[in-house]
Amino acid sequence: MALKRRKKDLTFLEKIYIPEIAKGLALTFKNMLKPKFTMQYPEEKFIPPPSYRGRPVLVMENNGVERCVACGLCSRVCPPLAIEVQAAETEREKERYPIKFEINMLRCIFCGLCEEVCPEEAIVMSKDYELAFTNRGDALYGKDKLLTPVNQLQDRIDFLRNYK
Amino acid sequence: MPKFVLDGKEIEFEQGQTIIQAAKKSGITIPHFCWHESLSISGNCRVCLVEIEKMPKLAIACSTLAAEGMVVYSESDKALSARNAVMEFELINHPLDCPICDEAGECKLQDYAYSHGSGESRFNEEKIHKDKRVPLGPLVMFDGDRCISCSRCIRFCDEIAKDPQLTFIKRGDRITIVTYPGKELDNPYSMNVTDICPVGALTSRDFRFKARVWELSSTKSICNGCSRGCNINLEVRNNQVLRLTPRQNEDVNSFWMCDHGRVNTYKFINAEDRVDSPYLRRGGTLTRSGWDEAFAAASSELKSYSKNEIAFIGSSFATCEDNFLLSKFATQIIGTKHMDFMPHFDSGFGDNFLRKGDTAPNSLGAKTVGIFPGKGGLDLEGIIKSVKDGQIKAVFLMEDNLIALRPELKEIFSKLDLFIVHSSNFNETTEIADIVFPASTYAEKHGTIVNFEGRVQRLRPAVATFDVDRALEGMSLSRWDKFGTKFDSWAEGNKRDARSSWRILAGLSGAMGHKYRYGTAEEVFMDIAKSISAFNGLDYEVIGELGAKLKLDSVSKPAIA
Repeated sequence: MALKRRKKDLTFLEKIYIPEIAKGLALTFKNMLKPKFTMQYPEEKFIPPPSYRGRPVLVMENNGVERCVACGLCSRVCPPLAIEVQAAETEREKERYPIKFEINMLRCIFCGLCEEVCPEEAIVMSKDYELAFTNRGDALYGKDKLLTPVNQLQDRIDFLRNYK
Repeated sequence: MPKFVLDGKEIEFEQGQTIIQAAKKSGITIPHFCWHESLSISGNCRVCLVEIEKMPKLAIACSTLAAEGMVVYSESDKALSARNAVMEFELINHPLDCPICDEAGECKLQDYAYSHGSGESRFNEEKIHKDKRVPLGPLVMFDGDRCISCSRCIRFCDEIAKDPQLTFIKRGDRITIVTYPGKELDNPYSMNVTDICPVGALTSRDFRFKARVWELSSTKSICNGCSRGCNINLEVRNNQVLRLTPRQNEDVNSFWMCDHGRVNTYKFINAEDRVDSPYLRRGGTLTRSGWDEAFAAASSELKSYSKNEIAFIGSSFATCEDNFLLSKFATQIIGTKHMDFMPHFDSGFGDNFLRKGDTAPNSLGAKTVGIFPGKGGLDLEGIIKSVKDGQIKAVFLMEDNLIALRPELKEIFSKLDLFIVHSSNFNETTEIADIVFPASTYAEKHGTIVNFEGRVQRLRPAVATFDVDRALEGMSLSRWDKFGTKFDSWAEGNKRDARSSWRILAGLSGAMGHKYRYGTAEEVFMDIAKSISAFNGLDYEVIGELGAKLKLDSVSKPAIA
């Protein structure tokens, strides 16, 4: 077997390594003095931009009532079948409301189709990315966990109006 | 046969048929709202406009008679632009509330708006508002905004239900539908208007907002509300029956079914009081037991009586298969001649349209497959009398709540030493039973029933139990059934440990040491077809979706027909 030769031999300075080590250390020291990007999570939280798709939530109007009319389109369009809606009648002008609205966060894939299909702007993707459960039951998010005041979701709603 | 040309295709028709009828016969559907096969022609929706050669203007296909050599275009530019214009006109005052409308998914206006609409509205003015959420009757809700004034509901009440209750009032775009003063829409067939309403103006108050229609699986079955045996679809979500809708069968019920059948015959299937395993009476109370334990108990108890001390009561609610095996069990294994079933007759229920006075679905079938007293055996009244006298000590009752119908029997039957009952729900009769077997309802089993005129029709399972598996039995699946797992609360619902009565009897026959080897209801039926002349030549394939007539001259008609 023929010996394979390097295309170019190392120079003397490269062979003794010291200048290269000094170069590397110089870069390190330079960056030590530059502004830091590391985020001290979880003490410090990342606040995503409005385009971010966190967990889906239901929009709650200022009077404490959900916008959702339980049409079931989100449930129909949901690719992993994460959403279950049960409608019921109310005395309000929009005669239909969800008596049960459950998202199985183990099934949800954060695709945002539910938000896209919603005719009432009632389900939107929030900025919440902190999801951890210790059993299957905890991953079922009912209306109590999903309803979010509209003012907390305003920037996502504005984003959707611009780009949807 | 005379012919005309529709969209370049030659179509045969009979003299007197309209274009839309002839087209439908040949499998071409011309869009329509107000036209309905079974109702008179009204011609007010204008959506079926077609172009006919040598006619100066477009004509409506629903009222134009087909004629020899006619050349009709239903998809020409002129016809399509007219259809689009009509759609735009229909949609001017129609609210855009499909998300809250129960009709969404089975709405003709929605379908045609999708296929023929322009996709955009040029109407910027305020829509006309009419009354919403008006209860027209106990079972039907009216939404004036959504109505497109096709008058199908009015014609249905006048012509089919023969009880004029609805009418138009006002004119032009303010036209709306009301009941006549002092009347409400309460005829026994009122809910059919919710089926024929092409939009969501008339909706069922019983089904209101319970589910979206696309979530339901649909199974072809037969109504068990009376001996007419109307063909129906059982619509199920999460293993719960949510509504029944009529299925067209011109020999039985055409497009219709009665309100009693529609709202009163499915709730017990979903009820909380279902019998969910065999029960044995121990120390005065019914306690849950296993199947083998219950079979062993029933068989050893039955063996301790002589054959003349035991009577069997079949059921006009159970299938032919169930009754056939009960009759076989009684005569072959027990050897008793005391056998009959309870007639359910309500003279106030019948009418001259669909409803029959015999309010059980399978009286004729029960009788035909052998539920009648043997030679010298006791009939129902005889059995009751002998129970009273103490001559009959044990009664085996299948799927009938005798005591609800005749409360005086409670005291008499309490005297029995052994009372074995097949029942789907806990009721007045199971209260005094010694052994209760959980019976599947008509929505949970394969089987056949025979209607009042001897038409044998098929039941198919729509609700899964431990006995019938949704996937293995080839039951209809909704998307939820297909992809759900046992960890999803919406997938499998409440599955009960109930069995078809024939399967319970086959199990019990094993414990009695004389095993019936039937694996499926179809095998039982094959045996019926072999051994009972009226059923000769029939099988599940022949019965199909629309049923088949029995050869009934060989059987005496039951007295209660």
